[in-house]
Amino acid sequence: METDDREGNRMWEEDSSHKHLLDVSSWINCIVASKTTKDTMFARGIKRKCFDGEEDIEGTLAGFKSVPSYNLQRQSLLDMSLVKLQLCHMLVEPNLCRSVLIANTVRQIQEEMTQDGTWQVINAQNTGQASLDRLVSSDILCRSTKEQNEGKLVPSYSGFSKDFENTPSQDIISDLSTVTSVQAPRNPQSNNVWEMENSQENRGNFQKSLDQIFETLENKNPNSVEDLFSDVDNSYYDLDTVLTGMMNNTKMGHCDVLESFSSQTTTNSNSNCKSDINELDHIVEILVES
Amino acid sequence: MWLNQERSTDILFLFGYTADIISTVEFNHSGELLATGDKGGRVVIFQQEQENKTQTHSRGEYNVYSTFQSHEPEFDYLKSLEIEEKINKIRWLPQKNAAQFLLSTNDKTIKLWKISERDKRPEGYNLKEEDGRYRDPTTVTTLRVPVFRPMDLMVEASPRRIFANAHTYHINSISINSDYETYLSADDLRINLWHLEITDRSFNIVDIKPANMEELTEVITAAEFHPNSCNTFVYSSSKGTIRLCDMRASALCDRHSKLFEEPEDPSNRSFFSEIISSISDVKFSHSGRYMMTRDYLSVKIWDLNMENRPVETYQVHEYLRSKLCSLYENDCIFDKFECCWNGSDSVVMTGSYNNFFRMFDRNTKRDITLEASRENNKPRTVLKPRKVCASGKRKKDEISVDSLDFNKKILHTAWHPKENIIAVATTNNLYIFQDKVN
Repeated sequence: METDDREGNRMWEEDSSHKHLLDVSSWINCIVASKTTKDTMFARGIKRKCFDGEEDIEGTLAGFKSVPSYNLQRQSLLDMSLVKLQLCHMLVEPNLCRSVLIANTVRQIQEEMTQDGTWQVINAQNTGQASLDRLVSSDILCRSTKEQNEGKLVPSYSGFSKDFENTPSQDIISDLSTVTSVQAPRNPQSNNVWEMENSQENRGNFQKSLDQIFETLENKNPNSVEDLFSDVDNSYYDLDTVLTGMMNNTKMGHCDVLESFSSQTTTNSNSNCKSDINELDHIVEILVES
Repeated sequence: MWLNQERSTDILFLFGYTADIISTVEFNHSGELLATGDKGGRVVIFQQEQENKTQTHSRGEYNVYSTFQSHEPEFDYLKSLEIEEKINKIRWLPQKNAAQFLLSTNDKTIKLWKISERDKRPEGYNLKEEDGRYRDPTTVTTLRVPVFRPMDLMVEASPRRIFANAHTYHINSISINSDYETYLSADDLRINLWHLEITDRSFNIVDIKPANMEELTEVITAAEFHPNSCNTFVYSSSKGTIRLCDMRASALCDRHSKLFEEPEDPSNRSFFSEIISSISDVKFSHSGRYMMTRDYLSVKIWDLNMENRPVETYQVHEYLRSKLCSLYENDCIFDKFECCWNGSDSVVMTGSYNNFFRMFDRNTKRDITLEASRENNKPRTVLKPRKVCASGKRKKDEISVDSLDFNKKILHTAWHPKENIIAVATTNNLYIFQDKVN
């Protein structure tokens, strides 16, 4: 059972329809396996510790060895679930029951993470070495705090995209040039023109998440990892949007968006951390090629 | 019967049939006919041979009786999505005359098919030749009366009713009412009531669609009419609940008469608890007193008079509980297994992975695991019981959990209504087993 993840890979390797999951999740499994202790499968119902008051710190330190692995696993489960929700089936409608069950799982994790918010700060401090791993493995789909700091651009941005939908076509060109000039001083990696065409929040978040990764790698500041965890924007985990997106059956457009997105990010990547960026591109390609 | 302690389990492998991916299996009310539906929209019906007096050790074999294309793939132009032709369910109507009738459904459309035999044909027309060409009327000098002459048996299937455009979501169940005039069809969010004669309208009797789809957290997974009470039906949900509704109470049965739900076991709680509690199938017993539900790891028998917990629970493959994360990853955790009762409601059966299927005897509390595979079975050989080794030392002939093939799953099984004959569908093959009569 302890080697479950390795052998478990075998059982679905032959299933070609899940090939896209093979690359990403086997890699997540490796990270999980290397950090976990004996009783790793949190599917076995790890009892949640209720942290009320100062007594808990002792309990925290005492049970410390199992905690990072639980959070890491939980994060991996969250990511896996989000990937499952976002993968689209080109021709046939996705199974509603499956989507609802996955969405409920994500909600559960989100609720628990919100309640246990203090946990992640402690984790970040003590597993700094693993921070980059965790960043790469877990936070592909998370929003960054840097995005939030540039908050004043974001509302106007989303406001713009709303206007874009309603604006008659002759105003588009002038509007485009306005936005491009606003965004230019920031950095070359935001794909504004592309993003304007897609009003759905989850697509925007995907792009922003990669922005965040690039920025964090450029930064290489351990504090940024804390920021990542402490200020996770819960609106990303806005399942309402994801579900609405599914209900509206805009999956075809979604896939096209992801494909165009992957090609754009490779050209816009920061030159400072080339090897890391290349690795992330590879990961992104795997994710979007699904 | 075949789980008797005094006798070894003598279950014979009778018959195997290779097809497109089989998506449903159903015996008719007499058990003489067995219908299968597949992913390609085809229905294949097998017929049991009449009992052979010389071979008393077994009952008749099943041979192909009729094959027809029930549903074709369609394209929904508004949503730019394909509508699969895969047959989700087949339900037989009780036989009223020489012809047989069944309902078959894909995700969106239900069809009533008439299957009739033709073994005679008229001969001796005055105006037509035997090959169908018209005769020149001026050459007709005498008149004769056409007569029926025997011909080779021909089985014809013709669609008699098409019930379409009533479901926005994917149909998962159909169930014929005991009044034999109406039936229900259930999709993820709604249940409709139809009259078999009327195709242009149906009544919506359950609607759990929230006003705001963003609030959707629960879907309907299966529904069935009570075998005796024509006003009663049940539907199961993805949250592990079963609701029993009485159509006499109101036109829209959104408020249940009974709610069956077992409280969660806190020691087994995990992020996957809800997913594995989702009910994939619900079946009333023939008596109508009990119903059986199948969730991912277990089969539960409920007494209709007791809502707060099942009266019996059988673990199908508890050894998978520690593998739930991997099974979530490869989507196997979403597999929908069906379950079925035997004719006397004393044994229940359901499928598992590695082409295993399980039977539970409710009286003796014994259970057995068997495998449906060609490699391990020659026709008319006795099946060997299997055992999965959950952990620790693996005994000889046991199979360890990690060597189970999760691509080989038995989702669909059926039990003859009167005899100990079972039909088990692996991905591409249909197996028919019967118990050995000594």
